[in-house]
Amino acid sequence: MPALLEVKGLKAFYGQTQALYDVGFDIPEGGITTLLGANGAGKTTTLRAICNMVRTDGTVRFGGEDITRQATEEIVRRRIAHVPEGRGTFTSLTVDENLRIAAYTRKNKAEVDAERERVFGYFPRLKERIQQQAGTLSGGEQQMLAIARALMLKPRLMLLDEPSFGLAPLIVVEIFRILRRINEEEKVSILLVEQNAALALDLASHAYVLETGKVVMHGPAAVVKNDENIRKSYLGY
Amino acid sequence: MEQFLQQLASGLANGAIYACVALALVMIYVSTDHLNFAQGEMAMFSTYISWQLMAWGCSFWVAFILAVLISFCMGVFIERVILRPLHHAPVLSIVVVFIGLLAICNSMAGAIWSYLIKEYPSPFPKADFGIAGVIGPHQLGVVIVTLVVLSLLFVFFRYTPLGLAMRAAAQNPQMARLVGVRVDWMLALGWGLAAAVGAVAGIMVAHIVYLDPNMMGGILLYAFASALIGGIGNPGGAVVGGFIVGVLENMVAYTGNMIEKITGIYIIGNGEKLTVALIIVIFVLTLKPAGLFGRVVVKRV
Repeated sequence: MPALLEVKGLKAFYGQTQALYDVGFDIPEGGITTLLGANGAGKTTTLRAICNMVRTDGTVRFGGEDITRQATEEIVRRRIAHVPEGRGTFTSLTVDENLRIAAYTRKNKAEVDAERERVFGYFPRLKERIQQQAGTLSGGEQQMLAIARALMLKPRLMLLDEPSFGLAPLIVVEIFRILRRINEEEKVSILLVEQNAALALDLASHAYVLETGKVVMHGPAAVVKNDENIRKSYLGY
Repeated sequence: MEQFLQQLASGLANGAIYACVALALVMIYVSTDHLNFAQGEMAMFSTYISWQLMAWGCSFWVAFILAVLISFCMGVFIERVILRPLHHAPVLSIVVVFIGLLAICNSMAGAIWSYLIKEYPSPFPKADFGIAGVIGPHQLGVVIVTLVVLSLLFVFFRYTPLGLAMRAAAQNPQMARLVGVRVDWMLALGWGLAAAVGAVAGIMVAHIVYLDPNMMGGILLYAFASALIGGIGNPGGAVVGGFIVGVLENMVAYTGNMIEKITGIYIIGNGEKLTVALIIVIFVLTLKPAGLFGRVVVKRV
C-alpha cells in the first residue's frame, strides 16, 4: 500500500540556521506513527515543515500529490490537521467558535452541527463549556479543544505536537485514550511528536527517532522500544 | 434645556461619524497592529467619488452605495498591491507608506476635483424628519445611517462564518492558517471593510463640514481619540468612544457658554473643543491605559 504521507530529503531553515538535514519517512494510511527525539532534535520543525510553516527544501507528498510548495492554509484544506505545540486555541473566542472556525468553508450548517456533536462524543467536557472563552479553560481542556478543532477539519492525517505537554498524568492518559479511539473510529492517520517516549511507543505502531535534524533509527514501535540505546536515552531504564 | 438637547443631539451626530472612522482604524489595527494614518484621506476620496457620481446624474443613495462599494474595492486593492509586499517590513516603513498614502489621496483629490470647497447635499428631507428644535433632519439621518451600518458590521463579525474567520485571523494568524483560513485575503477584506466604513463616515459628514480635500483632518484626530478612549483593540469600545467624544466636546462648549452667560467670564467655548477632548483622552489613558473598554485578556498558563 502506498504511504499516505511521504517525506524525502526534507531540510528546514530558520533564517540562516539549518534545523533539519535530510529527514525522510513514510506514514502509512490509518496508522499511528511517532517521532521521537531529544529537545532540539527537530521534531516540531518537522511538523512545521510538512505544513510549510518554515522555509523548507525537499519533497513532501500527501496522497500522491506534491504539497511541498503549497501555502499552509492550502495544505490544511487537503485535510492535514496540525495541532500545534502548547495550547493551540484561539483564547479570546468561545469553545463553540473555536470549533466552527475549522468548518467555516463548509456551507451546510446542519452538517457542521452534526459534526460538532460527533466531536463532543469524544470530548463531553467541552460540551459543558460550549459558550466559555477558550482562554479560561484548564490546560487539559484547551488541549482537548485543539484536538477537537482538528477533528472538525475532517482530517485524513493529524499532526500532533506534544499533546502531553504540561498536563497532569491522568489527563495525559485520558487524551491518549481518546487519540487511539479517534484513530480507530475515524480512520484518521496520526503523526505524533512526543517527549514522553514510553507513552508514544505504546500508542504508535511505528517510530522514527530524530537526532540533530536527522533520522537515526526507525522501525516498528515494539522493536524501537526494546532497542538498548533507545531504552537508555529515552525510556530511562 | 432646549439648547442642551440640541447640543446633545449634535454631539451624537458628530459622535456617529467619529465612531465610524474609529472603527475603521481599529479594524485594521487589530489585524495588523498598525494605525492607518491615511484612513481619513481615503474616506475623503470616497466622498469625492460619490460627489462625482451625483454630478453624473446618480441619485444620492445610488451614489452612496456605489461609492461604498468602490471604496471597498480600493481598500482591498491597496492592501493587496501596496501593503502585501511590506508584510515583513519594519514598522517605520509601513508608517511612511501610510503617510505617503495620505499625501497621495489628498493631492489626487485636489488635482482631480480642485481644492475649492464644494457644497454637499443632504439626502434627508427637510420638513418631516427630525424633532423640531432638538435634532435636525440631517443629524438624525446621520445617526440612523451609522447605527444601521454599525449593526450590520456587528452581525457580520459576530454571526457569520466569514466574520469569525476574520476575527480568528486577526487574533492569531498562524493558527488561523492551521485551520485553513486564507489569512492574506482576510487582511485584504479587513482593509476593504475599513475603507467602506470610512466612506460612510465621509459621505455623512460632508454636508456638515463641506467637501474639500482637507475635510477629514480634524475628524481623524477625533477618531484617534475615540479609539484610544474605547481601547484601541476593541471595536465595540471604539464605537462607544466615538459617541463619548462627540457628546463630550459639545458638552464642554455648552458648559463654557453657560458659564460665560451667567458670570460673563469666558473660560472655554467652541474654540477649545478639540483641546479639551484631547486633555480628557490623556486623563483617561493615565488612569486606564488600556482604554475604558480595553479588555485584559484572560490567560491561564
